[in-house]
Amino acid sequence: MDELVQLLVNGTVTGSVFALAAVGISLVYGTLRIVNFAHGDYLTFGAYMALLVNLHWGQGMLWATLFAIALTALLAIVLEYVLWRPMRRKGAKFISLFVTSIGLALVLRSLLLLGGGAGPRTYQINVFQVYSWGPVRLSQSQLLAVAISLCAIVFLALLLARTQLGKSMRALSDNPDLAAVAGIDIDRIVVYTWLIAGALAGLAGVLAGLIQTSFDPNMGFQLLLPVFAAVVLGGIGSAYGALVGGLVLGIVEELSTWTRLHGGVNPTWKPVVAFAVLIGVLLARPTGLLGRARLL
Amino acid sequence: MSQIASADFWTFVGVVAGIYTIFALGLQVQFGFTGLLNFGHAAFMAIGAYTMAILVVKEHWALWTASLAALGVAVVFGVVLGLPTLRLRADYFAIVTIAFSEIIRYAATNEDSLTGGSQGTINLAGQGQAAYYNHTWDRVTTRVDGWLGSSNRDLAMLVIVWIVALVALVLVRLALRTPWGRVLRSIREDEDAAAALGKPVFAFKLQALAAGAFLAGLAGLFYAFQFSFFSPNDFDPLTTFFAWTIVILGGVGRVFAVPLGALVFGVIFAGTRFFDFAPFSWFSSADRAYLRLVVVGLILIGLMAFRPQGLAGNRKEMVLE
Repeated sequence: MDELVQLLVNGTVTGSVFALAAVGISLVYGTLRIVNFAHGDYLTFGAYMALLVNLHWGQGMLWATLFAIALTALLAIVLEYVLWRPMRRKGAKFISLFVTSIGLALVLRSLLLLGGGAGPRTYQINVFQVYSWGPVRLSQSQLLAVAISLCAIVFLALLLARTQLGKSMRALSDNPDLAAVAGIDIDRIVVYTWLIAGALAGLAGVLAGLIQTSFDPNMGFQLLLPVFAAVVLGGIGSAYGALVGGLVLGIVEELSTWTRLHGGVNPTWKPVVAFAVLIGVLLARPTGLLGRARLL
Repeated sequence: MSQIASADFWTFVGVVAGIYTIFALGLQVQFGFTGLLNFGHAAFMAIGAYTMAILVVKEHWALWTASLAALGVAVVFGVVLGLPTLRLRADYFAIVTIAFSEIIRYAATNEDSLTGGSQGTINLAGQGQAAYYNHTWDRVTTRVDGWLGSSNRDLAMLVIVWIVALVALVLVRLALRTPWGRVLRSIREDEDAAAALGKPVFAFKLQALAAGAFLAGLAGLFYAFQFSFFSPNDFDPLTTFFAWTIVILGGVGRVFAVPLGALVFGVIFAGTRFFDFAPFSWFSSADRAYLRLVVVGLILIGLMAFRPQGLAGNRKEMVLE
């Protein structure tokens, strides 16, 4: 029982990071209909930007995180103007944009390898500080990660539901032509979408780096497939779905190692659990938990 | 720039280009001609290589029977992947294939007893022994070297791999001129029209996937023969992306564009190793490996942005819009 509660808590921690990254992908897919394969590397970029502030400039994680969020949002916006918008103007469709995002992922990851080296890096934080309530133990990093993620998730949900921007984004996601006819400035909303997705990716990257304790330039890409699984589980194109999918997937991944389940899955196989969920959802219910039924 | 003239080095590059030609040819059949977004192609290469190595080292099969079995297993996995997933929409299928490829890689890494784990096939014979499956193949290359009058093993490999590659290219080209090939292309262009004309679209897609898997498995065998030891990370998504770069660079939808793409890619990838002038000289040689990956990424982006038909592709038969 104790083990179960601990696993649930761990699952919520990883799940909240999945959720943040998944929302970014979902928002971009919803407004632009592209699967951004480079999103994982946006996360890594955020993690390394925070490292820059934390390690090289000796500042605390708060500044590091804010810097990471700002820089990743900036990266996302710059790439929109330099890469995505020109490609869309040329009439590039899904396959071209997907392959482009693969190329971009490779470029970003390799630049990070050049700049940051291939070795594992750690933030300068207190790794020994542990909090316990009853049977549950959480490191300081895990606690911060889940607290910040949940705040960010609430903030995002409010943004999408209550603000004009959120409504425009949802309108654009639902029906781009109708949104344009209704007077929504599509280009501007797309930039805001990238800003939010980038900021979320930067935050998720820092949090992932925190809970993983050490990370290298491949971190984001390794997270990308479980995050895709979360997006699909929640319903591709649905931001709320991505949040739910992320949390559920994190919990499912952790629970799969529960020893009461036939000895549990060996922890090294956890990502495969995520892949199995991905494949299972796509085969059984492609629209995911909260997605809209759509012609496949 | 003095080493750039080394024949041995370029022979090696030629071998790898040949292996990738066979590998990318499988992808050309799947994507270039049938429109399947297979982003997990490396999995079939891994399956071909690992099945052969496991059968030779653990079950003591002869190399030739093990290789044939490996090709069969690769095809079976192609069918196993395709049966439940080919009905999915293109973008979902792409993601599923990546997941499939990673599952294979994780299985190879984690199942130490079966595959030797993360250290690779050197571990196949168990602790303390260096497993080696290549004895028979070494004899083949020695004999071919004898005919060629050389002592360079890579030269024998070069000749063998490219003969096989050319045979494969010709066979695929011939197959694509048959009614079977025309149906594949019609599926790529407009699946619904093909179905409306009564073609069993699913069966054809499955065949294309299986044929591509066969070629990838064959490439995996040659990879195993060439390098004598391999590990799961040799078959990561990057390997698949190289194949995609080669197919797009050469030209989607043209059989003989594949060796062109492979050779150009090989030259660019390997040749940049020798750039010891600025700005390349600013980087250490370890860093230059990452720089080469940046170049590959930029090539992909550049192709998509400026020349999606690649070097020799058919603009009319463009799948990449």
